[in-house]
Amino acid sequence: MVESVNNTPILLVNGRIIDPANGIDQNGSLLLENGRVSRLFFGKKLSAPRGTRKFDVGGKWVIPGLIDMHVHLREPGEEYKETIASGTRAAAAGGFTAVACMPNTKPFNDSWAVTAQILSKARNCSAKVYPVGAISKFGRGETLAEYGEMKEAGVVAISDDGCPVENSQLMRRALEYSSHFKLLVISHSEEKTLSHLGVMNEGYQSTRLGLRGIPRVAEEIMIYRDLSLAEYTGQPIHIAHVSTRESVSLIRRAKERGCKITAETAPHYFTLTDEAVDSYDTMAKMNPPLRSPDDIAAIKEGLADGTLDVIATDHAPHSTLDKDLEFDLAANGIIGLETAVPLALNLVREGTIDATRFVELLSSNPARLLGVEGGTLRVGGPADVVVIDPDKDFVYTEDQVVSKSKNSPFLDWHMRGKAVLTIKDGEITYSDS
Amino acid sequence: MDSEYRFIHKHILSLEDLSVADIELILQTADSLKEISTRSIKKVPTLRGKTVISLFFEPSTRTRLSFEIAAKRMSADTFNISVALSSTTKGESLIDTAKNLAAMKPDVIIFRHSCSGSPRLLSKHIKASVINAGDGTHEHPSQGLLDLMTVREKKGDINGLRVAIIGDIAHSRVAHSNIIGFSKMGAEVVVCGPKTLLPAAVERLGAKVAATVEDAVSGADVVMTLRIQHERQKDPLLPSLREYANYFGITPKIMKKAKPDAIIMHPGPINRGVELDPELADGKQSVIIDQVTNGVAVRMALLYLIMGGD
Ligand SMILES: [Zn+2]
Repeated sequence: MVESVNNTPILLVNGRIIDPANGIDQNGSLLLENGRVSRLFFGKKLSAPRGTRKFDVGGKWVIPGLIDMHVHLREPGEEYKETIASGTRAAAAGGFTAVACMPNTKPFNDSWAVTAQILSKARNCSAKVYPVGAISKFGRGETLAEYGEMKEAGVVAISDDGCPVENSQLMRRALEYSSHFKLLVISHSEEKTLSHLGVMNEGYQSTRLGLRGIPRVAEEIMIYRDLSLAEYTGQPIHIAHVSTRESVSLIRRAKERGCKITAETAPHYFTLTDEAVDSYDTMAKMNPPLRSPDDIAAIKEGLADGTLDVIATDHAPHSTLDKDLEFDLAANGIIGLETAVPLALNLVREGTIDATRFVELLSSNPARLLGVEGGTLRVGGPADVVVIDPDKDFVYTEDQVVSKSKNSPFLDWHMRGKAVLTIKDGEITYSDS
Repeated sequence: MDSEYRFIHKHILSLEDLSVADIELILQTADSLKEISTRSIKKVPTLRGKTVISLFFEPSTRTRLSFEIAAKRMSADTFNISVALSSTTKGESLIDTAKNLAAMKPDVIIFRHSCSGSPRLLSKHIKASVINAGDGTHEHPSQGLLDLMTVREKKGDINGLRVAIIGDIAHSRVAHSNIIGFSKMGAEVVVCGPKTLLPAAVERLGAKVAATVEDAVSGADVVMTLRIQHERQKDPLLPSLREYANYFGITPKIMKKAKPDAIIMHPGPINRGVELDPELADGKQSVIIDQVTNGVAVRMALLYLIMGGD
């Protein structure tokens, strides 16, 4: 899992170093020592200390380690789907040096004790693990969880992800009370009485397949409520997994007014439409559901113009027990850690975003929103670095999936671009060779 | 059969999967097999030694019986399995059920389930042919075919007819199969119902949406009404059956808008006085009983064709 020793210096020679936080996008070399970024060289010949491991990374990107602010690691409680160890291995293989894990484990992470247990399991794993605590006790949406104690134990944000906070007063109180502890509230915005028993996007495909639809307004109405509460309380709010055009537009207008709203989307929402559900493929079942080509276009606009701040994967491992079922009964969600880089690179290749924006969306912005280290290559900062080969072609086959679960709609896809070397605190956590 | 077209389908999962030529062949086959049911000895040896299992995860009397009679008239051995709805949550998955059934070497599984698409899932895990006898709100292909057969019998040709389908389109697999089947065969399909009971983008399936029942029925050759089920969990679709009957029920007055020789159809069971006036259900225009008779013939044809008859 962890290949080299912390204090062996690593030198990445002649890569394209992209670090938006310091306004850098130029070829150079990077020296990592004692788990820290120790030097950046541009153009000049450098002398590295004795014993340094050298990697020629010509033609490749050298960027801050990616940070996925929305994953489900399933431990404790559903270790048959994923464990903290296997999930962080998948993260490293996908170029991530840190992940924020949602609290819908069993038990729910609504207390310092569960947070502490997660963090103890995360020690010596392949990626940094930042637990997200619950908004409400047991995730039931009735009473506030103990944010102070959870924060002390190590949570970086709070969310009842998986379930919306249906009670608006509780959401208001969560925004107010969390402000004392500087914890970002992450909202899974869904109006349940509208999504009702739906299992896919409401539209022609749901009619054709005879599957109950989830109307886009189920998401948009709740985002409107959430941003209204954020404006009213003056507190920041972060909207998880945005999937529709109108959601993007609501967030854009709220930002223009000065609302402290931020938002993320996932690679599947800018890659797939509800046509992927064709023939009842449960790998295309997720919540919110896959939408239309027009929504994809709007999400891309939002990623390009800054309306959407983050690409997070909503990595949601499920075993065949949860997925090889009737569509109505199958679980929501797909794994995403290992496919985020090539799918997001598609946006760069098609000109939707540039390389700098790629790094902001997948590293600098999540670091800033969660208030965690990383997201930059500044000298003295942690040596969390990923080397991406933007042109590496590969086919994503089931046997190369590192995650314990294989529930991906992208299996057997031809992909382009991937992480080839992932370094966390100066240690190599993944190497593609 | 004198047709040169060969039937290539192993499963009957939906009308969407069938071509016009497939449907023609099924209807021709059904027409010729219908005569068997009028004999004093209603049995032919065609499917002797074949095993047909009906596996129903939803209650049904008429569809199951119709399939069973169809299979027996062709000398197949038939077995019925009814599974209480809750069994899916009790542990055995559909795939496990399929594997167990497969071990008993059936030739055909007649399958009904409340989850749309589940016949497709079953068909992927079993060697036998699967006939969808109704899946969720997706399709009920044998019902669609027997409706096509009945209309063709009464009207000679389906092409160019105006077919009005009235009622709960959103939750009706019968409506779904009929919209696809009738439009494939060249009819103009018009649907009408309370907006709460119309599915999204139903036009893309091939149906026009009429604003009122009168508009839908105007000039229709065929008026099909659907059973209204009022008990939808937590989803306020209708105020009451009474109000539905008043504004969307088919009455003799509304039928005057249709062509004089229009026929009235209903997939049954009827809520008399709700979606259909009792007088009309038993009246001269009604072909509801013919639908039931033709159901056996269509199901005989399906069994015959998927077991390789030609
Ligand atoms: Zn969520």
